[in-house]
Amino acid sequence: MASPLLQLQQLAVSYKVGRRTLDALRDVDLSIDAGQTYGLVGESGSGKSTLALAAMRYLPANGFIRSGSIMFGDKDLAKLSPEEMRARWGRQIGFVPQNPATALNPSVRVGDQIREALRLYSRDESDVMEILKQMRIADPARVARQYPHQLSGGMQQRMLISMALSGNPHLLVLDEPTTALDVTTEAAILDLLRGAQQMLNTAMLYVTHNLGVVATLTDRVAVLYAGELAEDAPTKELFRQPLHPYTRGLLDSVPRLGQRKDVNRLRGIVGQIPALGETIDACVFAPRCPLAIEICWQKRPTLDAPTPDRTVRCHRWPEIMAGDISPSRAVEKSSQVTKQAANQVLQVDGLQVAYKMPGGTLQAVRGVDVQATSGRTLGVVGESGSGKSSLARAVIGLVEPSEGKIDLLGIQLPKRLTRRNRVVLSHLQMVFQNPEEALNPHLTVGESLSRPLITLRGVKPADAKAQVGELLAAVRLPADYADRLPSQLSGGEKQRVAIARAFASQPELLLADEPVSALDVSVQAAILNLLADLQIEHQTSMLFIAHDIAVVGYLADEIAVMYLGQIMQTSPAETIFDAPYHPYTEALLSSVPPPDPFVKQERIRLEGELPSAVNPPNGCPFHTRCPRFLGDICVEQKPPWRETEDGKRIFCHIPLEDLLRDQTDVLQFEGAKKS
Amino acid sequence: MASAATADVTKQSAAPGWGQRFFSLARTLLRRPSHALGTLISLLFLVIAIIGPLLAPYGANEQIVADARDGPSAAHWFGVDTLGRDVYSRVLLGTRDIFTLAGIGTLLAVLIGTSLGLLSGYRGGWFDELLMRFFDSVLALPALLLALLLLGTLGPSRQSVLFVIVIVYIPIVARVVRSVVLSVKTRSYIEAARVQGESSARILFREILPAVLPALAVEAALRFSYAIFLASSLGFLGVGVQPPSPEWGLMVNEARDAVSQTPWALYFPAAAISLLVISVNLLADGLKHVFQMDGER
Repeated sequence: MASPLLQLQQLAVSYKVGRRTLDALRDVDLSIDAGQTYGLVGESGSGKSTLALAAMRYLPANGFIRSGSIMFGDKDLAKLSPEEMRARWGRQIGFVPQNPATALNPSVRVGDQIREALRLYSRDESDVMEILKQMRIADPARVARQYPHQLSGGMQQRMLISMALSGNPHLLVLDEPTTALDVTTEAAILDLLRGAQQMLNTAMLYVTHNLGVVATLTDRVAVLYAGELAEDAPTKELFRQPLHPYTRGLLDSVPRLGQRKDVNRLRGIVGQIPALGETIDACVFAPRCPLAIEICWQKRPTLDAPTPDRTVRCHRWPEIMAGDISPSRAVEKSSQVTKQAANQVLQVDGLQVAYKMPGGTLQAVRGVDVQATSGRTLGVVGESGSGKSSLARAVIGLVEPSEGKIDLLGIQLPKRLTRRNRVVLSHLQMVFQNPEEALNPHLTVGESLSRPLITLRGVKPADAKAQVGELLAAVRLPADYADRLPSQLSGGEKQRVAIARAFASQPELLLADEPVSALDVSVQAAILNLLADLQIEHQTSMLFIAHDIAVVGYLADEIAVMYLGQIMQTSPAETIFDAPYHPYTEALLSSVPPPDPFVKQERIRLEGELPSAVNPPNGCPFHTRCPRFLGDICVEQKPPWRETEDGKRIFCHIPLEDLLRDQTDVLQFEGAKKS
Repeated sequence: MASAATADVTKQSAAPGWGQRFFSLARTLLRRPSHALGTLISLLFLVIAIIGPLLAPYGANEQIVADARDGPSAAHWFGVDTLGRDVYSRVLLGTRDIFTLAGIGTLLAVLIGTSLGLLSGYRGGWFDELLMRFFDSVLALPALLLALLLLGTLGPSRQSVLFVIVIVYIPIVARVVRSVVLSVKTRSYIEAARVQGESSARILFREILPAVLPALAVEAALRFSYAIFLASSLGFLGVGVQPPSPEWGLMVNEARDAVSQTPWALYFPAAAISLLVISVNLLADGLKHVFQMDGER
């Protein structure tokens, strides 16, 4: 076998912060072969970005390589001078950063930026058009003349990838390149990377927290935890049999497409990742490990090789490999409450939300009807710009709808928040997306929680304290958290407090706007389960909004798929993954990378860009990008609602029989279906 | 799952108390020499303002005719002016004058400006538009010009100077507060307070105001230093505090004619103005640094 392209040996990296030296990576061994796609996963704080930057010796000014070597070909990058590194960056090692918006120069046309890269790599500058064509850009001449802000996030990322590839590097380092993008865009970018790699035979080091992307794109995966390599294996083997309890925990944290809260609970990982710079002279994962035994707390495990092809750093891998013990934690079954008769809580008819903008009126929601019943969850899924958040904000009263009717428990709600009385306010509560902003940083947790008790439930301030303790207990937090400030809480804990605050007034309807999208996967699972438990306990109706269809499918009972301000399809959660679908749902499902390399997925990609909501298309809003476009009827006429026997409603001109005939299930499980 | 949150690495068990927080902020403030110096000198002036009359060997307008025009000596540290008044005593006694004038002026401007800024930023709409355009037109005139204009109509007096300081600084304070309100009011916790039916007053003063305080403290210190400057300038121009007050600007003005005979009567009050303005500025700079560090924690 040829020697590897990049080989990290015992690499240790630290950051200087003030007078302290914080260790970010310890003894990392990794080797990437030419043409290989290598995934690097871990939670935030695991050191994966540091590793990617260290591999190309591109650490920030306060970061330094403490020991170890970075063999790239026959040279140790750790020993090269800045000039020698500069000669390698771009030509031998390319880099695609996370946020394309800040990586492009806003005052230079993108064509000129690519030309500059070509000049730097001594290539023919007239290759720009050819490169853009390789990036599958429909109108390269027009795009080349545009400035970065005129391009969508997906297009910007294509520009950066084309620049990174224009030097024909042997290795391409990608730091979460699709994290900020919508799934349909992400799918197109991943296709592009796959194609580029086959053509140029570039090796890729792909940093991500998304296990789906890893499963679909990579050949090998390294799992990082607290700056150490926990496990390193070929992708399929890692997913088939993870040997490290942390890997198992990560895999058990993300909902697979079709996984349901009542059938197969997410497990998550308890606790949180140690802070940077904490020195641990044992197994770093022991505090969170369900299998930790005496030795795990005393001795640091060595990096072992169970097979020639994989490595793992765990004391108990032989037992796990033999199947004697399973790292899966026992999960408490959801408390089964006798299902009460579901009564209708929310009824929204013909809701429209518009925002006045300098260039016209942005029609965020264009005629939406939804219902929600007690004890059940309506999931709303859609990409950015679909109007899903505006829908929730109109229902709660934070934006005033321009048209439509909102009934709560059969009573029509005033559109304006200030016109709603305390009873209405107490019945409608919301959990927001960003836990960092959800709590007032200047109020203690106890103060934040006692406010809804006092204002909405009429509890006397003196009695509120005891009830705050109960609220904290309900979200599995200790009572002494009442005296803490939000800055002393982790992201997941903040979101728990926000949930407790929303439940304080005992609402009939809870709106949750992307409550887990800002959290790490291991925390996400616990929050989703908490929401499910509290809902059962209180028989609350929930409107759950998310961009991740697997998450919505896990938690919701009913699902509405939104596109450009309108609902395209509603269906029971159990059947959302089965044909027939609305063509948009079909495209969405085929774009989500499943966190399972054994799933076969139909490949449907959307052409073009999302139309502007200031000037949305007539007829069917999806007709400009629809892969099953029929013809003039889609452009001119509003589609009818077609209902299937199993309760799906599809907003499409194509008759159900035709959809059924032409569509197969987007996801097909190969071999044994795993839990 | 129950233990998911209890296994927490945060070591502090409760929010630090106000006293503890004050000391940690004070420690950061005194860490840099320039900030520490500014703070100490400002405090020194404050002490003089309070106990000045106890320290001054002579009265502000007490004339020691025999010593008139004497230079600095053991008996008269800062010398004696042409009318036989002890400059050291006058500078000491003038401190209280300037502190009350600039201090009360700044305080009123901060109180009114903060209320207007909070309201304007939170309410938005026509109220905000109207108020901000009005403030723009006020700010279009240089502060000193505006002050002269107002004093021309009000007539020179201590109250007029106070009024001028308040009027000139309200728009500036209001804008600083408004800009912070605008960035805070869209945060989820404010929206959460709204959907919980909190009153506007509570949202403004309990939820938003704490976020404004750091910027406000810095701005207030800066305004205070400029108010000292403005009051002295007006005194110097003869349209502010009237003789025979021991106001520093006025003292400089009075000593101007006799600068060749009694330069000390000019230098010492002028130096007092500079020293106080500079040290309050350094203090403001220090406060800014402190709150930045506090925000990053």
